[in-house]
Amino acid sequence: MSIEPQTARRAIPDRLDTRLGRWVKGWEALLLVFLVAIFAANSLASPYFLDPWNLSDATYNFTEKAIIALAMGFLIIAGEIDLSVAAIIALASTAMGAAAQVGVGSAGLCAIGLSVGLLCGAFNGFIVTRIGLPSIVATIGTMSLFRGIAYVVLGDGVYKGYPADFAYFGQGYVWWVFSFEFVAFLLLALGAYVLLHRTTFGRAIFAIGNNPFGARFSGIRVERVKFLLFLMTGLASGIAAIMLTSRLGSTRPSIAFGWELEVVTMVVLGGVSILGGSGTIPGIVIAAFVMGLVTFGLGLLNVPGIVMSIFIGLMLIAVIALPIVVRQILNRRRVT
Amino acid sequence: MSPKSLLAQREAFLAVAILLLVGAIMTRFSGFAAPANLANVFNDTAILIILVLGQMAVILTRSIDLSVAANLALTGMAVAMLNDSAPETPLALVILLSAGIGLALGAINGLLIWKLNIPPIVVTLGTLTIYRGLAFVMSGGEWVNAHEMTPDFLNLPRHVVLGLPILSWVALLIVGVAALVLGRTSLGRSFYAVGGNPVAAIYAGIDVGRTRFYAFCLSGLLAGISGYLWVARYAVAYVDIAGGFELDVIAACVIGGVSIAGGIGSVGGAVLGALFLGIIKNALPVVNVSPFWQMAISGAIIIAAVTINVRGERVKGRPILRPAGATP
Repeated sequence: MSIEPQTARRAIPDRLDTRLGRWVKGWEALLLVFLVAIFAANSLASPYFLDPWNLSDATYNFTEKAIIALAMGFLIIAGEIDLSVAAIIALASTAMGAAAQVGVGSAGLCAIGLSVGLLCGAFNGFIVTRIGLPSIVATIGTMSLFRGIAYVVLGDGVYKGYPADFAYFGQGYVWWVFSFEFVAFLLLALGAYVLLHRTTFGRAIFAIGNNPFGARFSGIRVERVKFLLFLMTGLASGIAAIMLTSRLGSTRPSIAFGWELEVVTMVVLGGVSILGGSGTIPGIVIAAFVMGLVTFGLGLLNVPGIVMSIFIGLMLIAVIALPIVVRQILNRRRVT
Repeated sequence: MSPKSLLAQREAFLAVAILLLVGAIMTRFSGFAAPANLANVFNDTAILIILVLGQMAVILTRSIDLSVAANLALTGMAVAMLNDSAPETPLALVILLSAGIGLALGAINGLLIWKLNIPPIVVTLGTLTIYRGLAFVMSGGEWVNAHEMTPDFLNLPRHVVLGLPILSWVALLIVGVAALVLGRTSLGRSFYAVGGNPVAAIYAGIDVGRTRFYAFCLSGLLAGISGYLWVARYAVAYVDIAGGFELDVIAACVIGGVSIAGGIGSVGGAVLGALFLGIIKNALPVVNVSPFWQMAISGAIIIAAVTINVRGERVKGRPILRPAGATP
């Protein structure tokens, strides 16, 4: 997203940090400290917080969004963005609801949810990489389009009556307190980590985000990689749609409204540069936990949802502003 | 083709598209083009037009302001509650206050972007939730209904002067001022310079951060004024007013040919873009299309409009690799 000129000042340090030293100074360590603080604050604020089942319930707060955030992280690192993810959930959920009305079974519903996600992702990828639209505007358009179709189909109605075994994806447990959603999230996070940090495909994404022209000259098929990333984000939204629909047991066209902003917040909070080119999967995962636990803790304290959103907004700005302010103060001191 | 003639061509194209649209609507409902009805449509679109002009200034500087609708909601709620609890406050002061609150909220965005160098999309994503959250905190989730506001407060935008309601006149006035500021002042030209080429702007002696700050102030100011106008026009204030309206505003800019990459756009185009959306919104019910279609249609139009704009803007690249199988 070429909204901001890249004005990073690059300097070659005299001495490189050790691996551990780098990590301690890194974003993930900061987030982790923050997470521990929230954990401690929550367990002090409410005696029920540390109960395993309570913690398990807390994960429902963020797993669906976090699954999309993993894919969105790839996309933002590559310098693009997808604001239509919540609308894809609405459309996929509507399609699944319509299919459930005519008696399609759970496996069929999942296939429909995933295919709608993939189709929407492919459409986004097509208009961004083939037609060449800036992704931020293009996906604002598809956001209206996808959710608009859901409204056309459903109006002010609602789909209910999903098959009984469909409830597993949003309400089932794999083992003890570990829900299907949570386990799926952990596995997907592991897969995303390997893909981004341990494969050439992952390196290509960083290369594209840092310098798309340079990447093209290095033989990376930039458009194809970006298309795949949009496809991946669509698929992740499809997965989230299955889980959310199964958890709620009903579909309205306003389902998951406004989630795109929460997902982007999660990714940025996780240390991914909104300008592209840097970020890590562990950062996104920790940020997901941070956001989930903050909202859950506030929920235990009976804080209404919209007030929580103030905290999320403040957190987003504060965590990004803080290192900048600290750096500015340090630099000033060095000059004098 | 020079950017200027390209833009003029795009505006002409959009004007023709609007005429065709009105023509198509008239085949179903012949009264649509009656002057009184067109005046109504314009009045309905007035707030969108005002917001689009502020957003355009921001987009010109290669930024984006997602917080305009939240700013509108917070400001609207503030003045509605003031009017409810202290009805004796002079109306002029209330309006001045709405402009002031909006300006302050816009300045917060601008300062974070200018002084801390945080990308605008991140800042306004944050303040979007914060401002709307504050509207909830302030009101406790309560509505301010028509009977709790004074008649003067509610009737001002409706008051008809020379055949048009004051709301329309305000929009026209702001369009005129925006055209002057963007076209004829150094501030307006620096918006274009900063977005067109930030590095060159620095060498030309323009403070990029400060210029962005002014653009966000302008956007906030117009959002604040719109806050009062919205509450007075719809005679109700609640937390969710204008929910998601920021996307309509950005869409209208894009349809009007304002380039999201900054530096390109005109007041005329932006106004036409807003009118295009406004006409569709007004026409759907009269041609018996369910209002549920509106979202899907505006989405499709945004995509179509950007596609058309991108064709003109695209930088022609030198093909460095021949496709496989192509004969040299």
